[in-house]
Amino acid sequence: MADRETVIEVRGLRNQFGDHVVHDGLDLDVYRGEIIGIVGGSGTGKSVLLRTIAGLQTPAAGQVRVLGTDAFTADPDARAALEARWGVMFQDGALFSSLTVRENVEVPMRAIGDLAPETARALADLKISMVGLPPNAGDKYPSELSGGMRKRAGLARALALDPEIVFLDEPTAGLDPIGAADFDALIRGLSRSLGLTVFLVTHDLDTLHAVCDRVAVLAERKVLVTGTMQDMLSVDHPWVRSYFHGPRARAALDGAAAGTAKEED
Amino acid sequence: MVAVNPDTDIGVEIDGEARPIRVTLSGAYTIHTLTEVGRRLDGLGPDIVIDLGRVTRLDTAGAWSLLSLRSRLEGGGGTLSLEGTTPEMDAVIETVAGALPGATETHDEDEGRTLADRLDDLGRAVVGGGQALMGYAGYLGLFLAGLVRVILHPREFRLTALVHHCGEVGLKAVPIVALMSFLIGIVLAFQGASQLRQFGAEVFVVDLIAVSILRELGILLTAIIVAGRTASAFTAAIGSMKMREEIDAMRTLGLDPTTVLFVPRILALLLMLPILGVIANFSGLVGGGLMSWIELGISPQMFQTRLLEGEHANHLMVGLVKAPFFALIIGVVGCRAGMQVRSNAESLGRQTSNSVVAAIFAVIVADALFSIFFSEIGV
Repeated sequence: MADRETVIEVRGLRNQFGDHVVHDGLDLDVYRGEIIGIVGGSGTGKSVLLRTIAGLQTPAAGQVRVLGTDAFTADPDARAALEARWGVMFQDGALFSSLTVRENVEVPMRAIGDLAPETARALADLKISMVGLPPNAGDKYPSELSGGMRKRAGLARALALDPEIVFLDEPTAGLDPIGAADFDALIRGLSRSLGLTVFLVTHDLDTLHAVCDRVAVLAERKVLVTGTMQDMLSVDHPWVRSYFHGPRARAALDGAAAGTAKEED
Repeated sequence: MVAVNPDTDIGVEIDGEARPIRVTLSGAYTIHTLTEVGRRLDGLGPDIVIDLGRVTRLDTAGAWSLLSLRSRLEGGGGTLSLEGTTPEMDAVIETVAGALPGATETHDEDEGRTLADRLDDLGRAVVGGGQALMGYAGYLGLFLAGLVRVILHPREFRLTALVHHCGEVGLKAVPIVALMSFLIGIVLAFQGASQLRQFGAEVFVVDLIAVSILRELGILLTAIIVAGRTASAFTAAIGSMKMREEIDAMRTLGLDPTTVLFVPRILALLLMLPILGVIANFSGLVGGGLMSWIELGISPQMFQTRLLEGEHANHLMVGLVKAPFFALIIGVVGCRAGMQVRSNAESLGRQTSNSVVAAIFAVIVADALFSIFFSEIGV
């Protein structure tokens, strides 16, 4: 892993809200092409970390380098260029409610000056179909979609400019198990075929097993440990133990094992 | 050789002599550069070979434009072949080819709208309006039924909520209502004075102010301000509870939304609007009196004497008798709009602005009907 290109490099990150310190001395590396899952108990600042790396939250101290650019000291032009190279999918899609799904996906494309409207339209339809939405979903408004479809549409918008990094905030929260499994497969498939780096915040143990190459555990205000799911099982920390050895973790692990066995048949 | 930045630009070299035509691309073939490539390749054919060996990055938009070029060439009996693709590029092209939506045209709905369609829309709008009126009547009925129930079962009555809403609806509206009415009194006195002075009838400005404020403007403008403040507040409060399923939760806990939400709110309005009307009347008269004193030299004592002589008591009654009706209109409109909110924030915003417009409109219509009624019975 060490020889792979680092696309996100977080060093000594400190985030605090008033007296409440969320992160202190947090370090994290994310390598190109991998899917990293961020886990941690409620209130350990998983989403805050995502928001900080994506530039939505200014940290009290520390450094965040994304694709070789310092995210907080870069001049506005470099920063805008950087933002075009990542996409963010928010928890409930965060689609613009006054626009149709297709128009939502076209929004980032409008920044490209010489793109013909028909081309933008065709590319938006392509993205809508790539995330597994039916063709007629493009003409619908976000309020007419189910939660799972809104998430997919949010992903289509995040992918509009073919970013190198995609941030996903709780992609499977609130989905039924079938929808969640489909979404896992979608993330994995897109990441493999497009060479995406995926930064994924989740609570879902099945997602961790099914998609993540590496897992980073947030606890005690920093990244406590990173490694594969197998590595997690041997970590001797009370929270990590109870998370990865709990009954639900066992069930997810068995499910993943059964899934792999079936594929091998 | 064209100098290109391999991350952002694309170089296109075309060997038009060769058969098939040979195109060599170098640099980034992405959403930023596909327009450039499309322009250079426009009209070439029928057979093209594209060498992607020096392309550093191919994204889905680039792959899409290659595939559209291929379908254009094959439509004209030609071919497109790709050379020098890496496994990553093949994966992207394969993903895009697998996801290409079929040529479905689902828009163009607005074309070909006939007269029948427009009549249909008109008909639906009329029926919708009728249903909205029925809806208001329904909510009025709900409120009255809820009121009767709390009278029969006083223990279900929520006194704390009533007091709270009285404060919100009444007490907090006093400054704005008083100021507005004071200013209206000033305007009336000023305009009336300049007209009446031409006939030497300055002293009748007192009657002008008294009749217009007590009979019409005091209560009407108060109702309009309260409609703007309170109807929107009712809609926003009830609507956001509806949005977060709090109202459904109430029902499952055996609480009746009518008793819990509507009765205290509308009752607070019923109690407070007449009081606000009296305050508006008083401050309107003060404003008018002040302006008459400054502009016409009518002293406060003279203003008062003239006011009491004028038998304006029935004007006061005519004005205040409208207050409870306005209160019912505002409350029912605000509560119904809140219950119409669906599970998204957009509908909350739309219903809130609808409720203000509907409440003000309904208040003015009701005032016009009252005017006709009172003039028919000769009050």
